[in-house]
Amino acid sequence: MSAPILQVRQLHAQYGATQVLHGIDFDVKPGGITTILGANGAGKTTTLRAVCGMLRVQGEVLLAGERIDGKPTETIVRRGVAHVPDGRGTFVHLSVEENLRLGAYTRRDKDQVAADFERMYSYFPRLRERRKQQAGTLSGGEQQMLAISRALMLRPRLLLLDEPSFGLAPKIVRELFDILGEINRAEGTSMLLVEQNASIALRVADQAYLLETGRVVISGSAEAIRNDEGVRRSYLGY
Amino acid sequence: MPTVKTSLTPTQIGGMLVLLAIACLLPFVLSNYQVFQLTMALTYAIALLGLNMLTGYNGQISLGHGAFFAIGAYTAAILMDKANWPYWATIPVAGLVCLLAGFLFGLPALRLEGLYLALATFALGVAMPQILKYKGIEHWTGGSMGVVIVKPDPPNGLPLNQDQWLYFFTLAWVLILFVAGWNMLRGRVGRALVAIRDHPIAAETMGIHTALYKSLTFGVSALYTGIAGALAAIAVQFASPDSFGIFLSLSLLVGVVVGGLASISGAFYGALFIQFVPNVADNISKAAPWAIYGVFLIAFMYLMPSGVAGLVRQTRQRLARKRVAAPAAPAGRDDVQLPITGKEAR
Amino acid sequence: MDLLFHQILSGLATGGIYASVALALVMIYQATHLVNFAQGEIAMFATYLCWTLLQAGLPYWVAFFLTVIIAFIGGVLIERVIIRPVENAPVLSVVIVFIGLLVIFNSIAGWIYTYTIKPFPSPFPEKALFDNSFIGPHELGAICVTLIVLALVFAFFRLTPLGLAMRAAAQNPESSRLVGVRVGWMLALGWGLASAIGAIAGMMVAPIVYLEPNMMGGILLYAFAGALLGGIDNPWGAVVGGFLVGMIENVVGMYLGTELKLSVALVIIVTVLVLSPSGLFGRTHVARV
Repeated sequence: MSAPILQVRQLHAQYGATQVLHGIDFDVKPGGITTILGANGAGKTTTLRAVCGMLRVQGEVLLAGERIDGKPTETIVRRGVAHVPDGRGTFVHLSVEENLRLGAYTRRDKDQVAADFERMYSYFPRLRERRKQQAGTLSGGEQQMLAISRALMLRPRLLLLDEPSFGLAPKIVRELFDILGEINRAEGTSMLLVEQNASIALRVADQAYLLETGRVVISGSAEAIRNDEGVRRSYLGY
Repeated sequence: MPTVKTSLTPTQIGGMLVLLAIACLLPFVLSNYQVFQLTMALTYAIALLGLNMLTGYNGQISLGHGAFFAIGAYTAAILMDKANWPYWATIPVAGLVCLLAGFLFGLPALRLEGLYLALATFALGVAMPQILKYKGIEHWTGGSMGVVIVKPDPPNGLPLNQDQWLYFFTLAWVLILFVAGWNMLRGRVGRALVAIRDHPIAAETMGIHTALYKSLTFGVSALYTGIAGALAAIAVQFASPDSFGIFLSLSLLVGVVVGGLASISGAFYGALFIQFVPNVADNISKAAPWAIYGVFLIAFMYLMPSGVAGLVRQTRQRLARKRVAAPAAPAGRDDVQLPITGKEAR
Repeated sequence: MDLLFHQILSGLATGGIYASVALALVMIYQATHLVNFAQGEIAMFATYLCWTLLQAGLPYWVAFFLTVIIAFIGGVLIERVIIRPVENAPVLSVVIVFIGLLVIFNSIAGWIYTYTIKPFPSPFPEKALFDNSFIGPHELGAICVTLIVLALVFAFFRLTPLGLAMRAAAQNPESSRLVGVRVGWMLALGWGLASAIGAIAGMMVAPIVYLEPNMMGGILLYAFAGALLGGIDNPWGAVVGGFLVGMIENVVGMYLGTELKLSVALVIIVTVLVLSPSGLFGRTHVARV
């Protein structure tokens, strides 16, 4: 088994005086999808922000064996980590096309970038229709597609997704996750998916971790957790 | 929430009386010119307290307070020159005129926050000399030449010369205005001002009539500065447009920053600074004073955001801690601490 | 009628200069939500540098472009060294730092170059290209230069990746970091560009008002007025606002006399701020509770 694309060891993080993460450990396998589940306030978003260097942490974060903890976000991005943030982080005053172009900002291979535009439009045809439109005028689902596409324009080794299902109708969520699965299979992009919607996340992921007030309380294969009624009932609510 | 000290310890009262005694003795040992310089410093102190009320305590940035200094000065000068009023009667009038002017300016200013208010007051400060030179009101203001007034004599029987008398006259006003100011700022008014500065929306919801307070603060701040201007005009014996340009407003800002924002004693430190530093710097080079001011402004923002007053307070606290074994809390804080570093971003 | 037309055209020429400085102000405002009070003095200082180069014998356009480059580098340095430490400080602190810069540049210029007025050459020929009695060759040239600069700036922002990155960094610094944009350097670049534009404005206005340390004071005020009128966060607006203010200034000056011109700027500023702070074309902001 090849080395994990992402390894997190004993990660502690705080906001000011409040400790949010109390030493968590998890892995993302290369080409795999790992999901981190948990209720509000469990520390899921903090985990993603910690991985991309948006706050001070103690512990180790290794990307393909290389330490990235303590490095600034801009550097981590250049190592191939793309983050679709909580709330989508769309550049609302810029056009759809400009948003995508920004996703590819750090890339040097301009001809490949053009091909990637096409790929994004083929995954999300609605973006092609709206490519000159101001991003802020898109619907919630479309903005989420845009956010994911922008992240993929980096051709990342690792894609971080923060609650992509948030605020979206169930049909759109299913569509979105189907496409995520497709991207994972076709491109081999590893993904770290943070979700509150456990059922949809467990369907697409292969590894799962459950976070509760900043600690990992359950970990295992997604399939095992999905089939464990006890865990599902007590922790995941279904 | 830190507030102005509500009462003074006996030591502090003693200290102030000593300072007051020294202040009363100085005019008899210094030359006339030096006495004049001290008088000017006192007027600046009043102006700085005025500006500090507005900017330090209430958070409304004014880069144009020189305009009120000018209005006060011209009011006094015109009343003395054109209407033959006695000098001492012009002071309250200058104050009231500025109170009104400040309040009126404060009304539209209500809609302006931070930066925009700074911009609008900056424009006021830059435009003031031109307004003062306007031909339409030249009959009163004397246009570019300004108004010249006669130096007042001390009342009959007092063994003082003119400069000494003006010094004591100004000192009396300083005492009145500073005690009044301290009274205002240490009570509900002061707390309300600081609340409005730090948490305007919360203050409103707590029942503080924010709009009224802010406009009134503008007015009172202008009143203080206007009285200072009137006293200064009498001391220098004229009022002319070019002495009230943007650099006067910026001087006042320098004084408040160096002395200490949201501090009453800071007014004195700042006044001494802006009165005497240019003289020292002038010996180095003509342009030097402002370059030094600029460097001081920037340096103070990096290193000493609470000004000299803040430094004095910190030193005093450190000394107090060394003397007392157990950490006995000092009887209330000296001046309002302006949390300049560590405040949230705009 | 002729006189009015002449005033309007003349107003366009000065308006172009206001538009340039207004653009510089808006650029910094967009990126940092700060108004650079020192913009005028930096422009003035750059113009003096150009004067020095000209005195040293360099041909006009060489001195011109050299000055633009120096101004750019200077702007970058100022942002990195002086502004960065107070980036997250409260508004008052930052305003004070700006004022500090303003007086430092002003007094150093006065110290090095004295306060005597100096003539500054115009690169445009004495005889106008189109012979007319409405507008002089320098004024026409100044308008052209302004328009070229503005066109280049817009092309930069709309068409280049770096321009896109700068716009992104100004609008949404956090998301910009997530795509790898070095937000800190974008700010510095913004300052560099603003300083360069200011320098060009200074070199265009100096032949008209003569070079002296206080030459940009009034112009800064008009630029503020123009930027506010057009919308402090809108570059197009700033440009339109600048031209408008130039024309208003001249037309009002015709009727009220030239002594009150600065008050016109003051009135415009206060009126815009009170009636419609986002100006003609700006975006309204909602304050977060």
